[in-house]
Amino acid sequence: MSAASKAGHDDHGHGHADGASHGTFKDYMTGFVLSVILTAIPFILVMGNVIGNDRITGIVIMVFAVAQIVVHMIYFLHMNTKSEGGWTILALIFTLTLVIITLAGSLWVMYHLNTNMMPQHMHMG
Amino acid sequence: MATHASPAMNFEPGRSPSVAIPQVDPTAFYDAKGEHHPEGSTMLGFWLYLMSDCLIFAALFATYAVVGRNYAAGPSPKDLFDLPLVALNTSMLLFSSITYGFAMLEMEKGDLSRVQIWLAVTGLFGLAFVGLELYEFHHLIHEGATPQRSAFLSAFFTLVGTHGLHVSLGIVWLVTLMAQVHKRGLVPENKRRLLCLSMFWHFLDVIWIGVFTFVYLMGVLQ
Repeated sequence: MSAASKAGHDDHGHGHADGASHGTFKDYMTGFVLSVILTAIPFILVMGNVIGNDRITGIVIMVFAVAQIVVHMIYFLHMNTKSEGGWTILALIFTLTLVIITLAGSLWVMYHLNTNMMPQHMHMG
Repeated sequence: MATHASPAMNFEPGRSPSVAIPQVDPTAFYDAKGEHHPEGSTMLGFWLYLMSDCLIFAALFATYAVVGRNYAAGPSPKDLFDLPLVALNTSMLLFSSITYGFAMLEMEKGDLSRVQIWLAVTGLFGLAFVGLELYEFHHLIHEGATPQRSAFLSAFFTLVGTHGLHVSLGIVWLVTLMAQVHKRGLVPENKRRLLCLSMFWHFLDVIWIGVFTFVYLMGVLQ
């Protein structure tokens, strides 16, 4: 985060068309190397069945996905709390809230709908 | 909010609500912290578009999460997905992200020909991604795993297809901008457009992280 916000500050006074949408070569390379690592590990874990437990593997690769999304946000999309006076991060937080409600809500409702509405003997028969 | 004298004026956090900036000069309002310019609103507007696009994908992801295991006695992800191909596809998109970043860095330096070269490389990686995806879709449909086969496949084709459509349109936009840059050079308008496409392109890579993790890798696990 500090590298991205520093890059944002360096831009001031150059007359760019935006607040902080620029990165340095180092930013891009850091983001790229981190992304390659964070992509390769989940693929290796799943293809090589390294952990042996599907549930744990699933949780681990989800954590890697979230980490990589954060890396992309910082190093490629140059997100920080300062750009556009904080409005981009505010829009992002609002969107993420809606995304979590959409995903968690759908799964929760549909799971209960399936378990409560479907008579068990239908499955058995 | 209730303690402020005029809540309607309080657009910016930390700014005293009693200062009537917008009436004086709109640009002074945006430049208040020395980091905004009138054109900056384009980037914020485009960011808001990306956030709304993110909600479309959230709905498609939710659909896939709900019906993704309803195979209708048809093929399951384990039978269908070819992970080495997905890994190759993922690397194509990741490479295109970094090459677009290089194009942005050259744009900063004002090197027109190198901007064009990196944009062309980005476009080729994008085409490789779309090509591999179309090959995969063709292969699936050939095997009988069509969108009509099961709820899982309907949700799969809708989610992955929508992403692929975004990348395809991104390539069209990229070619258009290359023509624009060729004709008019790196004028401020073109720089702004290139920055918007940069955000769009990186955003699609972010969505793809969700796709390859949630659809492909998790699909093969279950």
